[in-house]
Amino acid sequence: MIKAILIFNNHGKPRLIRFYQYFAEDLQQQIIRETFHLVSKRDDNVCNFLEGGSLIGGSDYKLIYRHYATLYFVFCVDSSESELGILDLIQVFVETLDKCFENVCELDLIFHMDKVHYILQEVVMGGMVLETNMNEIVAQVEVQTRMEKSEVKLSRPSG
Amino acid sequence: MSDVVEKTLTALPGLLSLDSQSTKLSSTSKLGNLIRGITELTSKHEEEKLIQRELTSIKEQVSSPNTSMRQMKELMVRAIYCEMLGYEASFSYIHAIKLAQQGTALEKRVGYLAVSLFLNESHELLLLLVNTVLKDLQSTNLIEVCMALTVVSQMFPKDMIPAILPLVEEKLNHPKEIIRRKAVLALYKFYLIAPNQVQHIHNKFRKALCDKDPGVMTASLHIYLQMIQENPEGYKDLTTSFVTILKQVVGGKLPMDFNYHSVPAPWLQIQLLRILLFCSTIFLCRDVAALCIHCVSLFFYCIQPLSSFPAILYESAKCIGNFVLSLKINLKYLGLKALTYVVQQHPKLALQHQMTIIECLDHPDLIIKRETLELLFRITNAQNVSVIVEKMLEFLPFLKIMLCCCIIYTLFIVLILFSYEEYTYAPDNEWFIETMSTVFSVGGDMMQPDIPNSFLKLLSEGFDSVEEDRKLRLFAVDSYVSLLQGEPGKLPQRFLQVISWVLGEYSYLREELEAATVLRLLAKLLDMKSTSSETKSWVLMAMTKLCEGGAGVSVTQEVCETYGSSLDTVLRQRAQELQHLSQDCELRARVLPRGAGLEPLEVDSSLSFLDGFVSEALAAGAAPYKAPHQRQEELAQAKALSLEPYGLSLPISMSSCSIADRQSPTLLSVSSGLSGDSPDLSHKGGSTTLKLDGVKRVWGREGYLSEREPVEESAHVEVPSPLQSPSQQGEADSSQSQTLTPIPTPQPEQEKQQLASSLFVGLGSQSSVCLMGKSESTTQRFRRKAKGTVSSSGASEQISNSLASTPSTANHLLCNNLLDSNITSDLAVSSLEQTSQLSQGPAAANGICDVELTGSDMSETSPTLIRDNGVVAADPAPHEDPDKLKDLCLRTHLPAEFSGLCHSEITPLCTNQTLDFSACHLQKEDSLALVAFIYNCILMFCSFQVSCVCDSPVQEARSHSVAVCQYSLTVKRPSVHVEVVGTASYQFPAGTPHSAQFSYKLPLTSFIRPLTVSTEEYGAMWLDFSHDTKQKLTLISDGQEPLTDTLNVLKKKLQLHVVEIIGMEGIVACRLLRDQPCLMHCRLHAGTLSVWLRSPVPDLPDCLMYHCQRALQEH
Repeated sequence: MIKAILIFNNHGKPRLIRFYQYFAEDLQQQIIRETFHLVSKRDDNVCNFLEGGSLIGGSDYKLIYRHYATLYFVFCVDSSESELGILDLIQVFVETLDKCFENVCELDLIFHMDKVHYILQEVVMGGMVLETNMNEIVAQVEVQTRMEKSEVKLSRPSG
Repeated sequence: MSDVVEKTLTALPGLLSLDSQSTKLSSTSKLGNLIRGITELTSKHEEEKLIQRELTSIKEQVSSPNTSMRQMKELMVRAIYCEMLGYEASFSYIHAIKLAQQGTALEKRVGYLAVSLFLNESHELLLLLVNTVLKDLQSTNLIEVCMALTVVSQMFPKDMIPAILPLVEEKLNHPKEIIRRKAVLALYKFYLIAPNQVQHIHNKFRKALCDKDPGVMTASLHIYLQMIQENPEGYKDLTTSFVTILKQVVGGKLPMDFNYHSVPAPWLQIQLLRILLFCSTIFLCRDVAALCIHCVSLFFYCIQPLSSFPAILYESAKCIGNFVLSLKINLKYLGLKALTYVVQQHPKLALQHQMTIIECLDHPDLIIKRETLELLFRITNAQNVSVIVEKMLEFLPFLKIMLCCCIIYTLFIVLILFSYEEYTYAPDNEWFIETMSTVFSVGGDMMQPDIPNSFLKLLSEGFDSVEEDRKLRLFAVDSYVSLLQGEPGKLPQRFLQVISWVLGEYSYLREELEAATVLRLLAKLLDMKSTSSETKSWVLMAMTKLCEGGAGVSVTQEVCETYGSSLDTVLRQRAQELQHLSQDCELRARVLPRGAGLEPLEVDSSLSFLDGFVSEALAAGAAPYKAPHQRQEELAQAKALSLEPYGLSLPISMSSCSIADRQSPTLLSVSSGLSGDSPDLSHKGGSTTLKLDGVKRVWGREGYLSEREPVEESAHVEVPSPLQSPSQQGEADSSQSQTLTPIPTPQPEQEKQQLASSLFVGLGSQSSVCLMGKSESTTQRFRRKAKGTVSSSGASEQISNSLASTPSTANHLLCNNLLDSNITSDLAVSSLEQTSQLSQGPAAANGICDVELTGSDMSETSPTLIRDNGVVAADPAPHEDPDKLKDLCLRTHLPAEFSGLCHSEITPLCTNQTLDFSACHLQKEDSLALVAFIYNCILMFCSFQVSCVCDSPVQEARSHSVAVCQYSLTVKRPSVHVEVVGTASYQFPAGTPHSAQFSYKLPLTSFIRPLTVSTEEYGAMWLDFSHDTKQKLTLISDGQEPLTDTLNVLKKKLQLHVVEIIGMEGIVACRLLRDQPCLMHCRLHAGTLSVWLRSPVPDLPDCLMYHCQRALQEH
């Protein structure tokens, strides 16, 4: 199961935080800080897995991360997930973001945090992988965007 | 404000150009403004100020009635942003729920998102969301249904699952795939949190598995993986289906969409393989796994599951080899991991990759290094242990900066200790002591507390050769003295404790070393600021042992003066001991004889030497001693329920049995054997220690050998290299390195090969001792060299495990060493008697030294006591079903006044090594009583205090007895479930206070009582009450009069009072304890029951409605 998904930039500023297991607010912040601390120290030419910590759920947890330009995408998962599977899931997620935002960059994530959440909801649901097929994810997001547009159109004459 | 917004807008060109609608613009810009503001700030403090300002403004706006839903949506996004940065915006939670409830689809989406980010499963506000979710699940808008399902799978209160379960179930037949898929995952979530409630829909899962949409099928695999893990036998019939699916996937039958980098649906394949792994049908698996392995790219994904298929081990080993050799670092890592996994069964597999492993040791990536070390750890044997330990030592400094070091430390130290125990492993004494010093000083306080203890035990018990032991200790003393002369301030606390113990115990061995010198060194430790008080008490103990013959009088005197008035009672006691013993040589010689670890120590545990004193005092008119809890009980309960509440913990028949022990030594040995074993068994389920006690640890070894022979032959045929014929390997280092690389090698390369040959030596040889440490147990594994009786070893281990890290550890550890392992039968019996006296109350353990001795003494025998005393009947394995027995036993402790009432099941609240805390509740006519049981599992007195509703008086619980507290509960603010949260704090006589959190959950219905009113009174009250709720409930319509039947069910289940039934209407009344009325008006309407609840108490109608609904559903 996926326990948490963290996206932060090179300076450790959180850009998207999603926990699938409950942690108190301050603990969440601590997890973000420590994860950043661990991940940021690693070069780009070392492996993308970190293991054996005790932050979340004892020893049964590993961090799988990818570094894209200014952003770190970190998935905290338990031992039931396959490392490469998650690594590729991150890739799928980022590629989906890229499709939805057209050349996604950090600013997109900052200013459309809610939209990123909606996209993520189509990929991972309650800690379980819901969909890995990029076309399917994009299709679902588009349905929502269409609804958004139609609603704005509807409300424009009145508002 | 608005001009700021304008400025921001101009400053952010392009960013916002996507949406040019005015509304959108302003909403984004406010968030944009905030974000921009934050990025401009330089300090955390400024950010804090800005966010606080922002939150205040959000708060103002959300609570203003003029804020439209649209604005609310924007505000909510800002609140989410603030929460993400770690600033609490709890005021907005309720508005998020409102938004989800009342908004249009788009606003709802933000509302749901905010709710799922803000709240958690147990948050009380979540109950308010239930109705919204219900409504949205029934919606015709697909997106709304999706949102509801998403939020349900993220978090949903467990108790409310029945309310929405039918609706989610229905969605399994929905025409849209996405809905079906989400519904399946939601059900999986339900299965995880409340498996019983989805029991009946297992058939529907099967339908989902056969769904025509691959996505739905994939989702259903989550459920099957979970269920098959729990019960592999139950789903045998599905195995063929899984195999068929897998074959189709591998065969490329899925649409191209599902390919990821030309691998067909890798995630789906991983999932299927995992499932098949649990199905345990080897034949089928072999077939399939072989199929997968040919598709090398797939193997990347499921390296772990695949490597555990025994049938294809050698094929997968080849693949693993490719991984380890891979230049891609992620694959290398996975290869190493898989190899680590495989070598546990087949160490020989590591041989093929030895050079790669050596290279990985020097890899710049710490994670790779760590994994390599773990691999090496798995292949440790007699010949290579010192090389491996050396390698690990090199790695030690790095461990500090990683988060994952604790496990490695433990493994590492186990390894060293083990290697020394095996004796032949470790090169020599110096090596051992020095290595341990390095580990202690680097690893220090991060390691598990029982590691130093087992080290000390090893030192004190020694080995077969007296001379060797002496040398070892001598060397330890020398090395520690020089450490203390250096910079002791840098050493970790645990190490200082070890040092002071060793110096106190063995520094006399070094004759030219004056006690005064050591004393001065130790006193220096006391003066250091960084020294913790626990360490200080270790140091003082050591000084007490050293202060013989007036050595260093001035130092001891000074120390005594400083700590004699310390606020810390333990320190003060130690200082007093030091003072007295340093002055009284004779007493000192008796209490702390030199080298006591080897000699028997007689202990008068019944404190008979005080008899004279006691009888004198009694004669002089003093009141007989009563334990504090007894005194309190007498004060508290004038009517004296029972003066001997714990009497049954030692039935008379059993004490007679203990007398029989005295006469028959054989019996005693049996019982002491039991006492030695039982703690171990109960702790570890009897897993490790005892089985390892034999000389040969052959577990798995036989299988390995028998399996290996044919394989080895084939290996010979394929690659006739010395590597593969391990028997020659030990002798042929040089020839081996040549075989590895026939071409002449440069110098570093040769070094590596030498390293390799030393690391992998003995791996294949038949005679090598079995590898150690397959499981990560620690001290339990150590074979004991000292030939003490089982009882003492068991008990001492128990103590050092369970009590480690409390200050009293010092006592116990020392006592155990002072006490000889041969306990005479007299001693055992006398302590037995003493314990029984204790439980009757008259004896007190007050003395300084005596307390310690008594403590450890009791520990020797008490396990037998428990076994015998009927609390845990004569069951040969009482730990197997402790709950049931405990329940029975606790039941007997229910206060007499409650005997007639029925009580709920006794639920354990929190359990730790020392206390076992359980509770139940009883419904009385006018109150609800909560009865808490505190069972003291360890062997000392303990005083405790429970605070939840109110603080209870401090009570004391003796060893293995049960204390009972009762509370009367009332509800301040109603909610569906009432949770009593509290802490039990407890303290041992010479210990720091501990506390344990607990919570106890009761349904609100426990607090509901009937309220008898007349119809007129009812009418008058009805109008007065302000809070109300209305809902339609299902009728129970199987009888003649549905209304009466339904009301009767409610009356029976919820204890309501039916005031009157008039035609189609009924009125019902009840009260919440103590006197908070709630009235209910029911009316038959179109086949349903419209219920209207009214009460002066907010929330009460809502909660009661929920329970009515449940009661009718359950009917």
